Amino acid sequence: MAITLSGDQALPGPPLSARLSPPQVWGIVLLAPYLLVFLAFVVYPVGYGLWLARHPASYVALYHDPIFARAAVNTLIFLVIGINIKMLIALFLSGFFAQQRPWIKWLSVIFILPWAVPSIPTILSVRFMLNPEWGVVNQLIFKFTGDDGPNWLNDPSVALAMAIGVHIWKSLPFWTLILLTGRLAISHDLYEASDVDGANWWQKFKYITWPSMQTLYVTCTLLSMIWTLGDFNSVYLLTGGGPADLTHVLSTLGIRYLRLDQLSLAMASIVCAMPFVLPLVYFMMKRLSR
Amino acid sequence: MKLPTLREVGTEAKLLLIGIPVFIWTMIPIYHMFLFAISPKEDAFSGKLWPAHPTLHNFSIVFHQQHYFLRDFWIQFWNSTVIALAAGALTLFVATAAAFSISRLRVPGGRAVMNLALFTYFIPAAFLAVPMYRTMGNYGLLNNHWSLILAMVTIASPYAIWVLKQASDKLPVELDEAATMDGATTLQLFRLVYVPLMMPSLVAVGTYAILLAWNEYLYAFLLLSKDTDITLPVALGNFLAADDSPWELLMTTGFIYALPPAAVYYAFKRYMVGGLTAGAVKS
Repeated sequence: MAITLSGDQALPGPPLSARLSPPQVWGIVLLAPYLLVFLAFVVYPVGYGLWLARHPASYVALYHDPIFARAAVNTLIFLVIGINIKMLIALFLSGFFAQQRPWIKWLSVIFILPWAVPSIPTILSVRFMLNPEWGVVNQLIFKFTGDDGPNWLNDPSVALAMAIGVHIWKSLPFWTLILLTGRLAISHDLYEASDVDGANWWQKFKYITWPSMQTLYVTCTLLSMIWTLGDFNSVYLLTGGGPADLTHVLSTLGIRYLRLDQLSLAMASIVCAMPFVLPLVYFMMKRLSR
Repeated sequence: MKLPTLREVGTEAKLLLIGIPVFIWTMIPIYHMFLFAISPKEDAFSGKLWPAHPTLHNFSIVFHQQHYFLRDFWIQFWNSTVIALAAGALTLFVATAAAFSISRLRVPGGRAVMNLALFTYFIPAAFLAVPMYRTMGNYGLLNNHWSLILAMVTIASPYAIWVLKQASDKLPVELDEAATMDGATTLQLFRLVYVPLMMPSLVAVGTYAILLAWNEYLYAFLLLSKDTDITLPVALGNFLAADDSPWELLMTTGFIYALPPAAVYYAFKRYMVGGLTAGAVKS
């Protein structure tokens, strides 16, 4: 990258300690707005939040709250199963969208829609589809089998699976697009050479595609995991955490405590997630700030 | 004309076998929403693929605010618009200034600020929401549009700075040197050289921030509460409060709400894909 402007490109003028050159004064002035935003809306809230979460009693209360344990498990299921399924599908579809066909090009324009439209109306749309009495899914089940369909969002595991489905629906296009850019960067000559050698598609994937994409794939998976921790909408708007608060994930649980005016519990539940989040964040930062 | 071989037909069939489910999967929730929006109330639940009597009546009800849930539709639409545009403009200002300072002026400590910004970028937004809510209360900004605008700027600017810094690192240093040689001041350099050259990335970042603010639900729902203050997504969420909420109107409003960002996305797709996804994950 173009970060070749290190030591040998040092700014002219007197040493820093003596006097700042006009560009450097401007540099500080121009950096100030962001620093102000950062101090006022990141440093202060985070510090204040940690201060609120300082009492060991909050953690004891969390430990005894069955909803917290359930939310932690749900979050893990969401991340470990949901994200990996999503990324595998994205990897597969990136291969599909890499095919040069006019109709696939058109399909890719449509395919990006879930990512381009806001999530709220579409999540509510899914919620209505799954409504046990009036939803179109159960209407169709009734029409074809004459039986009443299941009460989709009333069974915790089905409801959580549906929330994961909504999440996948929403963010699959984005990750497919990213993996597609990675795939298109692979030199076509490699595939042509392997065609000459008579390689089948699995061998091409194993020896050409995967080696050049694995770093990108792992980065994407980790990034998606971090962000999914903050996926409030998919769960909150589809299930509302219900039935009986059994489908909460950590992000909706924090808001639930907040709504119940238990701010210290809300912060404590977030602090509990930090030992898992911070290493991932640190790892990603290292990778992106190279 | 050569007839396609059996093998080619087979490949095409396999591709279609993937493409058709992908198309159906993508379209179902959106089509379902659209179907509700154009169906009269009694038709909406019939489970048909196309209503017997498609109508735009629902749109007319929404536009004329003829329902209890919709009595503040236009003001909520306006709130969403103002907040999105203000957040976009502020993010653009904050991020462009910071990226110029870090990348072109190489201000001391710039790298550390970049890392802090990246750190914020990775903290899940829902986790920051809880302390942010309390902080806005302490600042006395709750139920004020500024709280949401500033929260959106906080969330959008780290990524914006990062994308802009990546792009401006690619501009040759000689450009700045030549301009300085000709006697340009730092501000002139910023205004006359930097900003014009960065236009494509600026468009991408501005669009990103506007869409982020327009689409935001969680922060809007925490920070704003009065019916005339809230944004459209919060109003949509409020429909769920009642058991007898009019679905067809909710879906119509949702459809109207989803149109502007989709249009903006497709209009600026060129910039978005180039500026955002290429920079999103650097392998």
